[in-house]
Amino acid sequence: MAKINFVDHQGETRTIEVENGATVMEAAIRNGIPGIEAECGGACACATCHVYVDEAWREKVGPPSPMEEDMLDFGFDVRPNSRLSCQIKVTDELDGLTVTTPERQA
Amino acid sequence: MSEAIKTDVLIVGAGPCGLFAVFELGLLDMKAHLVDILDKIGGQCAELYPEKPIYDIPGIPMVSGQGLTDALMEQIKPFHPTFHLGEMVEKIEKIGEPAFRVTTDAGKVFECKVVVISAGGGSFQPKRPPVPGIEAYEGTSVFYSVRKMEQFRDKSLLIVGGGDSALDWTLNLHPIARRVTLLHRRDDFRAAPHSVEQMRALVASGKMDLKIGQVTALEGEGGMLAGATMKGNDNAISRIACDTMLPFFGLTMKLGPVANWGLALENNLVPVETSAFETSVPGIFAIGDINTYPGKLKLILCGFHEGALMAQKAHRYVYPDKRLVFQYTTSSSSLQKKLGVN
Repeated sequence: MAKINFVDHQGETRTIEVENGATVMEAAIRNGIPGIEAECGGACACATCHVYVDEAWREKVGPPSPMEEDMLDFGFDVRPNSRLSCQIKVTDELDGLTVTTPERQA
Repeated sequence: MSEAIKTDVLIVGAGPCGLFAVFELGLLDMKAHLVDILDKIGGQCAELYPEKPIYDIPGIPMVSGQGLTDALMEQIKPFHPTFHLGEMVEKIEKIGEPAFRVTTDAGKVFECKVVVISAGGGSFQPKRPPVPGIEAYEGTSVFYSVRKMEQFRDKSLLIVGGGDSALDWTLNLHPIARRVTLLHRRDDFRAAPHSVEQMRALVASGKMDLKIGQVTALEGEGGMLAGATMKGNDNAISRIACDTMLPFFGLTMKLGPVANWGLALENNLVPVETSAFETSVPGIFAIGDINTYPGKLKLILCGFHEGALMAQKAHRYVYPDKRLVFQYTTSSSSLQKKLGVN
């Protein structure tokens, strides 16, 4: 289990508990977190679950895979800490992770 | 107006559910034409995840999006469906009880007894980059596709993106444009390696420019673009002189014209009853991801089931005087004849 914090673009934070093995995107969709669309349902094929990983967590979360980098090309306002949340698997290690959702996904 | 194409059934959307609907309709002697806004068959399977695995097609432990599309095409071959690709259905008018006139954005007109909407998430449309005020330039200085290359002769082009569309148009338009600048957010490209090599050679010989970063603002007047502001990955701001911008950020699904067809809608989905998946308009059915009903699951296998039940009711509209006898492909010689296996 890990607590994940989602900060929306206006600064409001929502915290949810996520079981290990789920992706950050799945957890967001299941809990109705606004700002994550996941149009393709988690196939790493659409870049509409784009999030910014809090600086303090970047190293633990790790960098995007080459395929994810390709998909991030379709994202908007992509930054060095951009990730697709469907590609971040939750583990105990990520307890307390904070991600920010962008102003828009598509 | 061109002469109408007459068909029993017009299917809007050539994804897996639209394709399997051809099969179920075909077994009951109904001919279908399909219209899809993509330039290829397969819908989301072909556009979003051609190489990714699907594990929940009954009887097929694993198949890729493209593999499923190819297999469905093989399965519906006996019924000779006609495809109209790269076209979007714009208008559906009721002309009988039931009968419909369907018009595409290319001006093609169909007359049919039954319409099946299997449009998934709606129509795939180009993504609009989040640049403030970009709408004001669309159609005059900002274009999301290239229809006629000649339109870009002697233009100063800013092409944005790193995939095949961006690279192909960079290479194709570079000989006729005044100057081409390619802008991409990183110095890696997912486009085909040989296109990337050609582009890099042009850059090395000073024949075009490559910049790494993202567009943040546009300047111009009355829809005429005069330049773009870009932010580099080092956050440095610079200006790119250009009079035309071609952004290639892939496609997104938008409900599109479905909203204008006079159907009841719920959260951008088409409500249907569950005995035949018919919409609020008799003769118009909706199957697959585009429909909604209590318990709906957006699964391909559910869309297949919906298509089978739809075909039974569609038969009543297409052949009001014929009695429909339910038959199995395993044992019915008449179905097997239609499939060309007997």
